[in-house]
Amino acid sequence: MKEIKEKHTLLMRWTHWVNFPVLTVMIWSGLLIYWASDTYGVSIFGFTLIKFFPEWFYSYFHITHRLSEGMAFHFLFMWFFFINGLLYISYTIISGAWRELIPKRNSLKEAWQVLLHDLHIRKTIPPQKKYNAAQRIAYTAIIIMGAGSVITGLAIYKPVQLYWLCWLCGGYHFARIIHFTLTIGYVLFFVVHIIQVILTGWNNFRSVISGFEVLEMKPKIKE
Amino acid sequence: MKPTDLKEIKKPLTIEQKINRRNFISFGTFFALAGSAVAGWKWLLYAPEEKAGITAGTRAPLRRALNKSELFFRNLFSNNHLVKTYPKESAAENVRVNSLIGIENDTEFDNAKWTLNVKITPTDFLKISIEEIKALPKTEIIYDFKCVEGWDQIQHWAGVKLSDFLLHYKLDALAEKNYMGLETPNGEYYVGLERDSVLHPQTILAYEMNGKPITNDHGAPLRLIIPVKYGIKNIKRIGVMSFSDIRPRDYWAEQGYDYYSGL
Repeated sequence: MKEIKEKHTLLMRWTHWVNFPVLTVMIWSGLLIYWASDTYGVSIFGFTLIKFFPEWFYSYFHITHRLSEGMAFHFLFMWFFFINGLLYISYTIISGAWRELIPKRNSLKEAWQVLLHDLHIRKTIPPQKKYNAAQRIAYTAIIIMGAGSVITGLAIYKPVQLYWLCWLCGGYHFARIIHFTLTIGYVLFFVVHIIQVILTGWNNFRSVISGFEVLEMKPKIKE
Repeated sequence: MKPTDLKEIKKPLTIEQKINRRNFISFGTFFALAGSAVAGWKWLLYAPEEKAGITAGTRAPLRRALNKSELFFRNLFSNNHLVKTYPKESAAENVRVNSLIGIENDTEFDNAKWTLNVKITPTDFLKISIEEIKALPKTEIIYDFKCVEGWDQIQHWAGVKLSDFLLHYKLDALAEKNYMGLETPNGEYYVGLERDSVLHPQTILAYEMNGKPITNDHGAPLRLIIPVKYGIKNIKRIGVMSFSDIRPRDYWAEQGYDYYSGL
């Protein structure tokens, strides 16, 4: 016997799927902008481990000499990113859905157990509601990161008019570093997210489009 | 139709049917929306370039968006919002030279004969020498110069506050117009600035850098330092100043950049 279990509301599905292409355009146009002053990297004792980004990367994705184009796209799609994010956050707060989302006191410990389970080290998984502890931490973090991108973005977009925001972000220079680092964070999140979606399977993926999951119920025995 | 047939039709859907129906509707909607999104993206990506005029070089819809965003963010502008200033020690000794457009290979240019030409009427120019400008009250600023490319550098400039200059030469009535246009002597580099930014208290006509006269590469004898704008608006070696109610021509706005470029 099958049963339909409602999972994701229309607004959550809508904002999720709007965010995907919008964020993609923001990251792409952000790269076009970043190329014009590509000073970041990771180095230890003067030895450069990673340079953001190597030449092959720029040429493969046709990033070079497109600063003005990148800015024009970035400053249009920022509006969509912001409005969509605001819609999601307002909805989550008003509907009370945040209760299923924000981490609880024992979430960190449970998330570790979820991780061990996902890596096939541990057999059991702690009991969970809509989101497990690892999801709670990840999904709350990604929302905070989104807000961080808007705030640091505004700080480097209008550092004089929004001087207080720029100050809050640790100054113009540091705001740009945070803005860049958050973007790297999205890419890493995306990789893990896709792997998890594939591993979790069709029923879960379908629920982010049609809103429901199908549960297999054991038929009740008549007395 | 007999009533019994109606009853047949109204039979509740089985769980399987419900699942299939909802899948069909939601996936249908999903792919329809995804298709429209792709079509919308292609429309934007292949949108024709704007008609070349005061602004040029970018897709027409993106130019409209830049201009709309300008209107929104100009609401935040205030003369009370000042750029952060720094102590003298923080200023860079080697001030970055990023572009020489408008001043390199200008063989006609003679520093000794330079005057600032202020266009009063289409044919009438007010000519002002560098000595006269240096005689006006001096304003210093040490601030974080920001390039549109993304780099920034703390720099030390000094000159006359543009609003002081306009008052002294009784140009304040002319400066009531919406825009000021500035050009290099050879007219190869030019910027347009809206009134608010022109009259901002930290906007200066600079003739000194790090306490010494500005070098040629930095725009001797007189350049603009306008901290509420990206570096592209900080024109070097000003030759002509003019006023108008419509946007004056602007070098980088013709190359796809935002006309406003305000910070």
